[in-house]
Amino acid sequence: AAPDDGADPMSCALVAVAQRGDREAFARLFAHFAPRVKSYMLKLGAPPQRAEDLAQDTMLAVWRKAALFDPAKAEAATWVFTIARNLRIDGLRRERHPEVSDEALAEHEDDRPRADALMDGAQRATRLRGALRDLTPEQAQVVHLSFFADLAHPAIAERLNLPLGTVKSRLRLAMGKIRKALGDES
Amino acid sequence: RHPQHHPSDALLVGYGAGGLGEGLSLAVALHLAACPECRAALADIQAVGGALLDDLPPEPLERLTLADTLARLDREGCAAPPRRRCRPEEAGTPDLLRPYIGSLAAVPWQRLAPGVRRAELLPRTARGGCAQLLRIAPGTALPHHGHGGLELTLVLAGSFSDELGRYVAGDIAEADGDVRHQPIADSHEECLCLIATEAPLRFTGLMGRLMQPFIGL
Ligand SMILES: [Zn+2]
Ligand SMILES: [Zn+2]
Repeated sequence: AAPDDGADPMSCALVAVAQRGDREAFARLFAHFAPRVKSYMLKLGAPPQRAEDLAQDTMLAVWRKAALFDPAKAEAATWVFTIARNLRIDGLRRERHPEVSDEALAEHEDDRPRADALMDGAQRATRLRGALRDLTPEQAQVVHLSFFADLAHPAIAERLNLPLGTVKSRLRLAMGKIRKALGDES
Repeated sequence: RHPQHHPSDALLVGYGAGGLGEGLSLAVALHLAACPECRAALADIQAVGGALLDDLPPEPLERLTLADTLARLDREGCAAPPRRRCRPEEAGTPDLLRPYIGSLAAVPWQRLAPGVRRAELLPRTARGGCAQLLRIAPGTALPHHGHGGLELTLVLAGSFSDELGRYVAGDIAEADGDVRHQPIADSHEECLCLIATEAPLRFTGLMGRLMQPFIGL
């Protein structure tokens, strides 16, 4: 489909890479994401050169897997995040991140967003950022540590010297706000 | 039928953020394969990851360049590596378990106690995690125990009950420092489950202390 006015420019660039092997579009993706993925890797403890290597691996995977990107399901940033996350676990922790395969999911019709309930991508992104701004400082702290400290919640509780139940309830409240903003609250 | 026992938000965030060890992640992924609700919740969590990535201050690149990256694509090829297709004799084994055991039918089971057999999936990692499969005969109880860290039990077949509920295929039981329990295979069918832990369990009772060195949890 032709990108409409409200579409995220990075998602459009990804679609152009997938459909036409568009190098200009890839250059825009690279300029935006490579320095941010490097920043992500540095936050998670990679030395600078390793962070750049992992940023390059991420961008290579972005090109190679572009055909698997579905703009109806996720923003480009979300998709790039999952690639960077997996390469980080593989490269820095020498572990795998087990995931349900796309083939297995293709059998589930219920994963398709319903057309009538589907907000356009730009609106979802705006609402998500609003919800993240609305988190209390305590909720934002545990969310940030979850993504940038390579720790599970019991270790986050230990680091913050908080009861485990407190960390779990902060994450539950934070996700409740986010689900509500995205209209996914059941 | 969708699962009734789901991972906590804290656990799903850990999975989506990539902060869980491989064994715990495997247990969560097996639940996700069976649970559309949690897949939807995970999509939101990954969207948070995307938004946080987007908002990071861009770090200036020193040696990495677009030209070099495009040159690597030209040199090494642009295509995604082909996906491995499963062999027909592996049918009946969940896709997610195949990298670890190949086929369930070929797993070398080790007798642990009367009515309990186990097979190692993931040896203990540097982070203290490990994962194994257990086959528990109908009516058999595991030792009563507490937990030094997170313990996830994912039912693959059959069912078990403990103080917190009854768990069938696809259900995930999440036990942490606060929980003490005694799982019992509670149907006429053998219970096959995956148990992943991130720190050693603390067994209580004489039976438990005797079993600890053998069970390797
Ligand atoms: Zn679920
Ligand atoms: Zn337990």
